[in-house]
Amino acid sequence: MATISIKGVQKSYGTFTALHGIDLEIADQEFLVLLGASGCGKTTLLRIVAGLNSPSRGSVKIGGNEVTHLPPRSRGISMVFQNYAVFPHLTVFENIAFGLRMQKLEKAEVERRVRRCAGLMHIEGLLERYSGQLSGGQRQRVAVARALAMEPSVLLMDEPLSNLDALLRLEMRAELKSVLQESRTTTVYVTHDQVEAMSLADRIAVMHGGHIVQVATPIEVYRNPATRFVGGFIGSPPMNFLPAEAVEGGWQVAGKRYEGPRADGLEFGIRPEDLEPAEAGFAGEVRVIEPLGAHQLVTMNVAGQLFRAVLDSDRRVSLGETLTLAPRPDRVRWFDTASGLAVAA
Amino acid sequence: MISKRALPYLLLLPATVFLIVFFVLPFLQVAWYAVTDDGGFTLQHFETMRQDWKFMPALTNTFLLVIIIVPIQIALSLGMASLVTKMKTGRELVLYIWTIPLGISDLAAGLIWLSILDQTGFMNSVLFHLGVVDQPVNHLLYNDYPALIAAVVLAEVWRSTAIVLVVLVAGMGLIPKEYGEAAEVFGASPWKRFIKVTLPLLRPSLQTALILRTILAFEVFAVAVALTGTNLPVLMSETFHWQFDLQDRHVASAYALVLLAVSIAFTLVYLRVLRVREEERA
Amino acid sequence: MSAVTETEAAAFVPADARRAGRMLNAAIIILLCVWVLLPIYLVLVNALSDPQTVTGWPKHFVPTFDLGSLSFFISYAGVLKALGNSVVVAVLTMVLSLGFGAPAGYALARFDFPGKGVFRLLVLMTRAFPLPLLALPLAVMFIRTGLDDSLFGLALVHTTLALPFSVLITASLFSGIPFELEEAAWTLGCTRLQAVRKVVLPLALPGIAASGVFAFVTSWNEVFAAAVLTIRNRTLTAFLIQSLDVSPLPLKFAGAAVLVLPALIFLFAVRKYLFSLWGIANR
Repeated sequence: MATISIKGVQKSYGTFTALHGIDLEIADQEFLVLLGASGCGKTTLLRIVAGLNSPSRGSVKIGGNEVTHLPPRSRGISMVFQNYAVFPHLTVFENIAFGLRMQKLEKAEVERRVRRCAGLMHIEGLLERYSGQLSGGQRQRVAVARALAMEPSVLLMDEPLSNLDALLRLEMRAELKSVLQESRTTTVYVTHDQVEAMSLADRIAVMHGGHIVQVATPIEVYRNPATRFVGGFIGSPPMNFLPAEAVEGGWQVAGKRYEGPRADGLEFGIRPEDLEPAEAGFAGEVRVIEPLGAHQLVTMNVAGQLFRAVLDSDRRVSLGETLTLAPRPDRVRWFDTASGLAVAA
Repeated sequence: MISKRALPYLLLLPATVFLIVFFVLPFLQVAWYAVTDDGGFTLQHFETMRQDWKFMPALTNTFLLVIIIVPIQIALSLGMASLVTKMKTGRELVLYIWTIPLGISDLAAGLIWLSILDQTGFMNSVLFHLGVVDQPVNHLLYNDYPALIAAVVLAEVWRSTAIVLVVLVAGMGLIPKEYGEAAEVFGASPWKRFIKVTLPLLRPSLQTALILRTILAFEVFAVAVALTGTNLPVLMSETFHWQFDLQDRHVASAYALVLLAVSIAFTLVYLRVLRVREEERA
Repeated sequence: MSAVTETEAAAFVPADARRAGRMLNAAIIILLCVWVLLPIYLVLVNALSDPQTVTGWPKHFVPTFDLGSLSFFISYAGVLKALGNSVVVAVLTMVLSLGFGAPAGYALARFDFPGKGVFRLLVLMTRAFPLPLLALPLAVMFIRTGLDDSLFGLALVHTTLALPFSVLITASLFSGIPFELEEAAWTLGCTRLQAVRKVVLPLALPGIAASGVFAFVTSWNEVFAAAVLTIRNRTLTAFLIQSLDVSPLPLKFAGAAVLVLPALIFLFAVRKYLFSLWGIANR
């Protein structure tokens, strides 16, 4: 059981800076997800915590101990890799036992821990098989069991579900959540999949261009994105943005007047599901209708901008029709045009 | 604890030191021996070499052999590689058989072909059974120049085509099937596909095969000695003769330098003619 | 309507032609197999016939199954020793070229560092040089260092021939093993060396063995340097080439057969790796 404390971690490769002074505190037993698009630095950060890469500057502490210059084996971590890294020359049993044998644990204890973790991941029947005889999902289970068997103080996972097909991913996600909730191990989990992040995380750290742009609970990140980028990155479809023009006592957005904070320049943001049909709303011509089952996704042209709304599928909408939709006032968000930062109303 | 930065250099150190001591320095030394005598610069050894009555024959024989052998081997290997890539069953077996000569030394190859071409060899026996000859005829007479050349060519083509084949088959394996299929969809005949798609994409492998094979062809030695004794002098056998029998390492080094020069010249030509431009790489 | 029949006709004729083409291909393939195998068969016929038959004429195309030629060869003065020397030099070459080559191959496969290109160039450059010629200057160096006429000295020269290949082959072998596996081993408690020993080596072993076999065969077959560098400690190739003009035919052919056999067996053992490793490492 351990906290992780990352201070001023910077990583450069030649002239390219992958991480710009990252500070992040992760609580004991917390499940933290590093979320971002590819190339944002999330995997680099995870590998620095693991000790697979070393930072150019800054420090990493695990459980209060300075580990910045320790090799992976001395950090009390274990890791699940993107391509599972199940050793092809060893049986499933020997794979799970690998780290335990390195610690020179007693035979009975190795046996006990391997059986327990195999049980947790439902692979008791595969212990004598080799990696080549396993499906992708089964390999994934072996990789997780191998990491859990170490009983690490910190568990690191690098896009562990990204190589599974959609259905299997859903199943493994739920299973991982229940297993990890039980083990209560501090976990850092890297993903580019926002749904995965939302469903698993205690807190999400959203990364962009080598910076952490927001660290908060999933709902907070969703409802109150700290920057315009987060609003546009999280949520499917993403948040709508409209330019706002300063007028007397407020802001003019697509022909409507709204009260807003004082600032030099603002953008107006609203999530597609936070729009309701109302007389006093934005008017826009319907361009595309995408039925999604429970909802339908309607793309409109509002004041020359693409604007999406998620509407109940019972509502009749036809192409070319002009809809008027009003934003729920408590869900409207404002962003500074220059910095992209959220501005409180 | 060895620092991460030093580790690759430490790993390379033994091989690098070895190659410097046993590859770079010795070749500098060959050059040194060739142009010095008792520490002073001289071209005398080259003069001795040039005036040796066997030098010109050795030089022309070597070039002639290379010019005949290498194109035959490239054409043969291309044909063999195309045949084998089309095969569905028995591919492994055929490839194994075709690459057997890879493990056979030039000396053994020379002796094997001697057992066929010798006066009392298998070829004469076949000719006898066919009624062409009624007594053993010596086909490897010292003054029958075309026969001697043909014998060496035969043995060399038999022995060392395999190395070209291996490089080309491996190279063809790296060319994605889709390219050929795309060409087929656009209506290219098998021959056009080979000329317009396979050959250009095979250029890197072709280059390697040509360099490897040409250098080795200039080193032709034991095959010639085993089949023709001293009747068909080549550069390598003359080098050996001066080093070992005449104990003159300076002239031997001069010969070696000639071999080295032609080897490097040919390598450079291949690198230039068959170069693959950076933007062509997939 | 006529267009349809025309296409049908066009499809029909090539089908027939294609069958004929396949037959032709098969015939050429078989012919080429015979071309490779027949000479080896013939020298084996000689090696397994009695000396009279070997020197006699006309020849028969089946052996008399007499060990006369082989026992004559084995009992010929110096042959057994030469055979032993060949094995010793080949084994030394194998050990040296793997010992020096594999670490370098690992470095090329796993690290990016300044100077990597220079080293690769050094290795590739060896191809443009007629390496057996190294025997000339090294003969002098060996006399100075007391390595002249020694098996170890010859093995050093043969290692120069084999080392570039073992570097390139092991490099491609190691790059074929995902780095992630090694990293996983580190996170499971291994040091760098332990990870190599417990994860990389077991996975690379068959390929490394194949690369060792190539080194062995390279040395076993080498003639020029062996003939230049050894006088009393002849290897089999050196022995054969230097006694060519004095040795009778049965000796030559038995010698050829003995030279060929181990190479055949070894090549068979590593046939799986021939194309995947050798062909690609050569690029």
